Amino acid sequence: MVDKDQNKGHTEEPENASRRDFLKKSGYAAGGVAGGLVLGGLFGQFDTAEEGANSDQVEQLQNARTFFKRREDFETLAYASERIYPEDENGPGAIKLGVPYFIDKQLAGYYGYNAKTYMKGPFQPQKSGEYGLQTKLNRGEVFLHGLRKMQEVSQKDFGSKFAELEGEQQDEILRKFEANEIKLKGVQSSIFFELLRQTTIEGVYSDPVYGGNKDMQGWKMIEYPGPRMGWANEIDAEEFLSKEPMSLKEYQGGNL
Amino acid sequence: MATKLDKVDVVVVGVGWAGGIISAEMAKAGKNVVALERGDHRDRSDYIGQKDELKYDSRYEIMQPLSSDTVTSRNEIGETALPIRTREQMQLGFDVGGASVHWAGATYRYWPYDFEMRSKTIERYGEDKIPEDMNLQDWGITYEEMEPYYDKWEKMAGISGEQDPLAPKRKNEWPNPPLKETPPLKLFKDATSNLGLHPFQIAAGNMSQNYTNPDGQTLNACMYCSFCTRHGCDFSAKSDPIATVVPTALEHDNFELRTRAYVRRVLYDSGNQQATGVMYVDEETGEEFEQPADVVVLSAFAFTNNRLLMLSGIGEQYDPETRKGVIGRNFNGQYNSAFHGARGFFKNKRFNLYMGAGALGAAVNDYAADNFDHSDLDFIGGGAIELRQYGDAAIKSNYIVPSDTPRWGKKFKEDSLFYAYRGLHIWYTATAMSYWHNYLDLDPNYTDEYGDPLLRATYKFGENERNIGKFGVEKCREIMEEMGADIVEEDALPEEFDHVYAGGHYTGGVVMGDDPETSAVNNYLQMWDVDNLFVVGGSAFPQFGSHHPTPTIGALAYRAAEGIEKYMDEGGQLAKAKTKSHKA
Repeated sequence: MVDKDQNKGHTEEPENASRRDFLKKSGYAAGGVAGGLVLGGLFGQFDTAEEGANSDQVEQLQNARTFFKRREDFETLAYASERIYPEDENGPGAIKLGVPYFIDKQLAGYYGYNAKTYMKGPFQPQKSGEYGLQTKLNRGEVFLHGLRKMQEVSQKDFGSKFAELEGEQQDEILRKFEANEIKLKGVQSSIFFELLRQTTIEGVYSDPVYGGNKDMQGWKMIEYPGPRMGWANEIDAEEFLSKEPMSLKEYQGGNL
Repeated sequence: MATKLDKVDVVVVGVGWAGGIISAEMAKAGKNVVALERGDHRDRSDYIGQKDELKYDSRYEIMQPLSSDTVTSRNEIGETALPIRTREQMQLGFDVGGASVHWAGATYRYWPYDFEMRSKTIERYGEDKIPEDMNLQDWGITYEEMEPYYDKWEKMAGISGEQDPLAPKRKNEWPNPPLKETPPLKLFKDATSNLGLHPFQIAAGNMSQNYTNPDGQTLNACMYCSFCTRHGCDFSAKSDPIATVVPTALEHDNFELRTRAYVRRVLYDSGNQQATGVMYVDEETGEEFEQPADVVVLSAFAFTNNRLLMLSGIGEQYDPETRKGVIGRNFNGQYNSAFHGARGFFKNKRFNLYMGAGALGAAVNDYAADNFDHSDLDFIGGGAIELRQYGDAAIKSNYIVPSDTPRWGKKFKEDSLFYAYRGLHIWYTATAMSYWHNYLDLDPNYTDEYGDPLLRATYKFGENERNIGKFGVEKCREIMEEMGADIVEEDALPEEFDHVYAGGHYTGGVVMGDDPETSAVNNYLQMWDVDNLFVVGGSAFPQFGSHHPTPTIGALAYRAAEGIEKYMDEGGQLAKAKTKSHKA
């Protein structure tokens, strides 16, 4: 039943070819690295059809875009975040960890709308960086400006969509944004890049409740145990203690 | 039209450590007290189940939202200041308890030298040692006079510590023994001992055992959970106002706490030179109120104390052109000139750095205050060298990497995973001085949601800040090398103040002293110009001391509380003004 709905989603989306392309280019689809597991996971974040476990289905029902309206913007975001925190032999990258959904949820809330930020003018957006964020644009708008410009640069420089480029080509574009070589309206491209980088890393390592760090795999990679009442008995231990992580949900005592 | 309320004995504006202490002391003394707090009333239950790095450390959940008002900032007098818009850029305390709810707990008394920095510098090195542009001032109070107030604050707060071998011998032991010694702390202590320095365990506002303070408030033994600085404590194991002085005040029927009360003006009768009360807005309804009082206490953080005096036209605004006026003068703080040092990375050792407590750490004070000879040095003052084990969660851990690590991509991921829990940082808590060109006034361009001008900060480093930073980094490097790190890196020193108001150590502008020409308040923090107005907090620091400011703010609040009682009994000025020309 759920599968059927998800399959419907699958057929409506024309970008599957580009994602397969991405997998092929990255060497994952060749089956060498981790084969089907990686493939299932990567697709899982978008299409979810391959995975069947109940808990996964529930979690995946929470993974829909709420801030980004255009799928294209979201896809650019996803592939850019994957280059910042890529899949490797240590474990999953940004896409499999749910980072694009994390960023989407952040931008849909007070953070994206700058609700706790001083937003009165006059504005001098070119002074961003030197004086922190000085844009009239809120963070969500900065993301939209930046991602659409990435797509534009991608078409201009390489003749295809960002999501369809080779990893190295994607990096080349990201480096231009990082170095503030791209002109954006109302914000420096380097400011956009820093927000993208910062939120990508936050999505990898913040509690799964926010939509990233899927199955606490970010924490497992970095051997971070999550919240605990305390470490009074372990604090003076000589050896490094590697613990199974605990989520905020478990720490708070589970469901009401 | 503001609704006029019944007069009270004392109105307190802002309930952090300073306002909380004044509230508790006045309530205990039987005064009718109203405390006005802009934020909400939070308590321990607000922090239970909240061990969440993203929410508190990355998004600054308990810091003041800047949507209504902030501070504008510039380096040079001629520049247009820009507003500090985000909480990444500026972290101010908010809600009942203020910044002391999210403080880390590191506790040092200032040194005898710190309180008499001008006199003692001249005494030892001659007047030429003081740079021309520096407004170096004595505090108008000595360490000996401060000692009983420190003692009182430390007992109320239940500080856990041990005698620093170089500090003046304590008259009483710290109320609690020190926190536990962890492997990184032991490494630091061994290395500094080998170098002939004098390490000790940092005194902490984190409880080493269960403790009941003299007011009867109970604090619990710290669990070393690591969610400490930038967080509120879920276990009342960190000494803060919401576990101590606020409940003490609330036990008294003659004390009332009003939250969501945003004070916009001190009401001032210029004919009689008396404050008559305050005007505030109930931020839940928008209604305006006048709260008359016999005594007005401003204890709303350094920035707000300054701004309220300026908005209310009380005292003479400092003017850098004429160098006259005292309100806004000697604005100072530990900005990005302090807390630099060295990082060490250990390839074959991982530490349990995800565990910790705000003030868990070790330090040496061999380079604090005037504990070392400055004759051949190009700066005055000093600081502690500290190693802290705050406890880092996953987002933070992933940024602690050698400087040649790429900032993103495959190699970044590999290296950041490898170096997690392998990096230790030691730093120098260098003092920061005051200069004629650094000051606070009202901004001509930006306003808050009520149309009142924002506070403008004009701040740049002096040579002292650059030189002391360089000295600290070199000393930290020597220690880190002795600690045996495989990679030792010195922190890059900034060229100039970068408009990041992190760490909460912003002070001055309404400074204390014994000369009304160079200070705004006397050594009871009573305004020279207005007998019934007390301005309490870091705003009173003429320049920064060698260490974190909190214990000195707490001690000064007890001193001010004593002064307020004295004023209510006797009236008039509590201290004698001495006018002397510093630059004669």
